[in-house]
Amino acid sequence: MTIACEPAPPPRPQRPPLWQILFGDAGSAALTIVTLAMLVGLAPALNWAVFDAIWQADTPARCREGGACWAFVAAKLRFIMFGVYPPDEQWRPLVVTGMILVMVLVSLPPRFWGRRLVAAWLVATAAMLALMWGGFAGLRPVTTANWGGLPVTLLLALLSLGLGFPFAVLLALGRRSRAPVSRLLSILTIEVVRGLPLVGLLFVASIMLPLLLPAGWTIDKLGRTLAALTLFAAVYLAEVIRGGLQGVPRGQVEAAQALGIPAWKMIWHIVLPQAIQKVIPPLTNTAIVMVKNTSLVMIVGVFDMLSAGRSAASDPNWPSPYAETYVLVGTVYFAICFGISLYARWLEKRVQEKEYR
Amino acid sequence: MTIGYLGFAGAVAAGLLLAGGALAASTLDTVKGRGKVICAASTGTVGFGAPDDKGYWRGLDVETCRAVAVAIFNDRDKAEFVPLSGQQRIPALQTGEIDILPRTLTWTLQRDANGINFTTPNYYEFTGFMVPKSLGVTRVQDMKGAAVCVQTGSTTEVVVADISTEHKLGLKTVVFDSIEATKQALFSGRCDALITDAAALASTRATQAKNPDDYIIFPATPYMDALTPAVRHGDDQWKDIVNWSFQALIAAELFGITQANVDDKLKSPDPRVKRFLGVEPGNGKALGLDDRFAYNIVKQLGNYGEMFERNLGRGSPLKLERGPNALYSQGGLMFPLAFQ
Repeated sequence: MTIACEPAPPPRPQRPPLWQILFGDAGSAALTIVTLAMLVGLAPALNWAVFDAIWQADTPARCREGGACWAFVAAKLRFIMFGVYPPDEQWRPLVVTGMILVMVLVSLPPRFWGRRLVAAWLVATAAMLALMWGGFAGLRPVTTANWGGLPVTLLLALLSLGLGFPFAVLLALGRRSRAPVSRLLSILTIEVVRGLPLVGLLFVASIMLPLLLPAGWTIDKLGRTLAALTLFAAVYLAEVIRGGLQGVPRGQVEAAQALGIPAWKMIWHIVLPQAIQKVIPPLTNTAIVMVKNTSLVMIVGVFDMLSAGRSAASDPNWPSPYAETYVLVGTVYFAICFGISLYARWLEKRVQEKEYR
Repeated sequence: MTIGYLGFAGAVAAGLLLAGGALAASTLDTVKGRGKVICAASTGTVGFGAPDDKGYWRGLDVETCRAVAVAIFNDRDKAEFVPLSGQQRIPALQTGEIDILPRTLTWTLQRDANGINFTTPNYYEFTGFMVPKSLGVTRVQDMKGAAVCVQTGSTTEVVVADISTEHKLGLKTVVFDSIEATKQALFSGRCDALITDAAALASTRATQAKNPDDYIIFPATPYMDALTPAVRHGDDQWKDIVNWSFQALIAAELFGITQANVDDKLKSPDPRVKRFLGVEPGNGKALGLDDRFAYNIVKQLGNYGEMFERNLGRGSPLKLERGPNALYSQGGLMFPLAFQ
């Protein structure tokens, strides 16, 4: 008779009792007390946001007393989300927002990355812009002056990153190239634009650019703003990509040269894929920064989500519900940026696993 | 920080003003070809120009622009509004991005001389300070070292600098890009005083302050500003059209013509009313418009008084008094020119 001898399971790590975690030594005790004090200090904010808040109001005057006026947010949600886009046509920006979400979700898993995805993005972007503009198939034309809210924020972020990326690759390659003209031009562009704050760049694009054009020529205001954002995104992306290029081992290039692979093929098929893969985490970081940067277009009178919110809050019928508006807009920005950052963490893990293999 | 860029942009802009210059076609032809008038709007100056909950533009400046749309197309919705910041508005006019600039723009010599033309003032205002009573300040001379909330690109920036120099006050400016932001800053204690149009201050105190009695208002200067819609240099016909579209609104009020009674007034025996409403033709044709342009404006928008009450006065949350914006016959500064 044999006795089955199972190895005993390892002892489970003993969790210290709760009081020991919280008050085990002087340091933890101090931290616990400070945290508790901060939580108590936040109580009025919670009161303001939840218990004293006014969720429904028949008349705006009801919001004069009490806490947060969420009734205002409910009344103005459409305006904050879509700005001055004609109300009957607001299904169009809604569809565009949905399209952007779907496209972003589809682009998340790296196994979908490829030429087809790029083509899909091009088609989708053209479709979104066409839908926003209208003027065909019975859709009312809506000029960019009337675009607003969340779709503008998302479109500006996406287009500036999407259009900026090819330029960024060129600038990064140019900066590392041995040809003096392209190297100097790239360095000049990158350093000049990086040396300017985005606010300055937006002012130049929106105020000075039209004055420099021949009389009678105007470029759309949104287009000019987008150009400034694209330029800004391009130089920051370029520096990130340059980091990736530097990380590709020299041997890869030498091997390609030894095999007689033409230079552009070597860059396209060997150097760039490796370089970009290395810098995916910092690229997502730049993406987060650019999403938030779009809120600066407010200063040049573009109705993005933040300026639509501020415009809504300036309605004197309501007792200046700025805090509520900013909470709403902040939440949307947070959701977008936190989403990107979660995705970046996941990607980073995958990339690391790949490197161990 | 921003001010530095503004200064720089402004200097370059000023240098290029002369280069901007004339456009090929007349503005009226361009507008007719396009099918709509394009006007500047702010990103939200309540009572003057701001989109409502549905995104429809409302306000005195907005309706001034709609009056021109009615004069040309007989349709108040053939006007489009481009939201522009305080610094963008003048370059946008000069480059042809917009046709008219009715956006709480004060008529000043420098602006007039440097590339734009002003039409008829559509709003007169005093500049005032609003200060919390707890500071114990009651006049400009007491304001030593105060932090003043100012809107960028507005004439109040200059007013603050002038007062500070004149009375050696060493005022600190806290600059914001919109008037609403400056109000918030005052109420949250970010600055000691708020400077802007005195009537707007009164309405802010009445509608937005937690306790209106905690604030006092006093005039910043003894001078009055005229907020005036502007057009580009070099197109006199267009200037006339904008000018007389607004004149029609004041004239209608003086004649006692309202949106409600304008059809009855067509039968009026008064020859001046007849000429005004186009029963007796000639006026419209001279401007290159329909002879009934004034009738159309009143029919669709009412007269200046109705417009004022709707946007700024009793019919609005601002509840402003007419004050200097009443007709001259009621002690104000608004008077129509002769429609003949």
